[in-house]
Amino acid sequence: MRIVAEHLTHVYNERSPFAVKALDDVSLTIEEGEFFGIIGHTGSGKSTFVQHLNALIRMPSSMKRYRKKRLKKGEAPPPATVLKVGDFDLTDKKTDFYALRKHVGMVFQYPEYQLFAETVKEDVAFGLKNFAEKGKHLTEDEIRAAVGDALAAVGLDYREVADKSPFDLSGGQKRRVAVAGVIVTKPEILILDEPAAGLDPLGKQEIMRLLHAIHGGWCKTVVIVSHDMDEIAENCTHVAVFDGGRVRYVLPPAELFRKTDELIGLGLDIPLTAKLVAALGRRGIELSCDFTTEDFIRKTLALKGGGA
Amino acid sequence: MKEVSFGQYYPVSSFVHRLDPRMKLFFLVAFIVAIFVADSFYGLAVCAFVLALVVAWSKVPVLKVFRAVRGVLFLALFTAAINLLFHTGETVYWEYGILCISKEGILFSAYLILRLFLLVICSSMLTYTTTPVSLTDGIESILTPLKWVKFPVHALALIMSIALRMIPTLMEETERIKNAQTARGANFESGNLFKRIKAFIPVLIPLLLSAFRRADELSDAMEARCYKGEKRTKYKKLQFTWRDLVVLFVIAALITGVALLRVYVGEIL
Repeated sequence: MRIVAEHLTHVYNERSPFAVKALDDVSLTIEEGEFFGIIGHTGSGKSTFVQHLNALIRMPSSMKRYRKKRLKKGEAPPPATVLKVGDFDLTDKKTDFYALRKHVGMVFQYPEYQLFAETVKEDVAFGLKNFAEKGKHLTEDEIRAAVGDALAAVGLDYREVADKSPFDLSGGQKRRVAVAGVIVTKPEILILDEPAAGLDPLGKQEIMRLLHAIHGGWCKTVVIVSHDMDEIAENCTHVAVFDGGRVRYVLPPAELFRKTDELIGLGLDIPLTAKLVAALGRRGIELSCDFTTEDFIRKTLALKGGGA
Repeated sequence: MKEVSFGQYYPVSSFVHRLDPRMKLFFLVAFIVAIFVADSFYGLAVCAFVLALVVAWSKVPVLKVFRAVRGVLFLALFTAAINLLFHTGETVYWEYGILCISKEGILFSAYLILRLFLLVICSSMLTYTTTPVSLTDGIESILTPLKWVKFPVHALALIMSIALRMIPTLMEETERIKNAQTARGANFESGNLFKRIKAFIPVLIPLLLSAFRRADELSDAMEARCYKGEKRTKYKKLQFTWRDLVVLFVIAALITGVALLRVYVGEIL
């Protein structure tokens, strides 16, 4: 499923003193199969954008008002908003948002705080039961198999955790159970808002490793919103940079992180590898790499070998 | 919580906004007294005039002010209808059994509606122009004398302001959890009452947990900063200014006016 957004605008608390333009004419395409990164300052519209993708923020109402705005003489009407996820047209009120959400999984920030059930298996099965086709009753075995698979996909053992209370698990485990609760329906697109926030470095690596395992197999497309530039540089195929509700760049990380000054100008960090490349550059050593640790080390070693 | 704006506070800077919250509370009480003292349309007209002044000075849009009335519209119409039908008078226009519509009934209903509207508008003017925080500050200051009878005024005020402070946070949290569960296919909108209540369990449990967690964290943070309760200084000191003096005169004029009208003009009819 391909995600296409064109001229997407969203204003919170429209027509009140608290009005905030969260998205301003955003156009962005995410191809199927990508591991897409979205970065940006706090309040740049990242979260608002991803919440549009499974219709948690509904399009039509905000768009209608946008269109209705009276035009001055000679002014062209604003370009039509397009928001499509696969075949789902999110600008159409009649779209089955329920079916859409089955295909677009969403993991919010700190997803462990949405756990509620008495046992891990019940919590993971929550989405599964909700999205089960109408009239079709899932058998115990089907549920057990699906929950088992989802837990295995996030690196947990069914027999070990299934009957525990989710509140008895460790922080990292809780988060993995929460992710399992989203991927249990095998969504084609998985969106994660800061999946590694608040975890220790090992936990972060673990989550990213996990997402790579899910990507391609369980979920064709993975979209992550993140503040951690190293995470983005290591993992993503493309990155969109949000700033003040607008999309500034959409580039592969290898190209994006060459724009060191621009990114810092937007109040963003750059990955450690990019910092090192820049530091080397200041000493007259040109190094071009794709900013993953692996490539950086290889190029650096090659440099040394070549220089000797 | 971008979609929910808590309370009614209307953020502009105006004469009324900058008044001392204690004075505003006092004004509200005085206004209520005035409304009940006024027993004629003339008296109510004086009250309405003063209220119109307040609205004008507050820079709150008139439309928003009238919106405050919507909440009590049903109550007002209901009371008016009952009074209209059961109030007996001399000039009767229509009669059926114990029901009758009389001139006095009509006037009395109008009087009741007007009184209720004035009351509601005045109290919502208070919340439109005063932030919850400064309102609690005002209440704390007014209740200070209760300290003599060992009433924990400060603790009460703190509880009030923390509660007020937490409402938007918890609403935001609710919204987040609701979104998260909606993304997992939860359905809050359809089904019978029982089903809908059940649908909220996945929201309520995480919400309660987070409320307790927040309470724990907050009390830890307060203790870490040596919170002891009494003898705290204020960041924003309440201070009477010339504006409050003006209001005091307005109140005095209002009460005197209404009282004089009551004595010399008499009842509605």
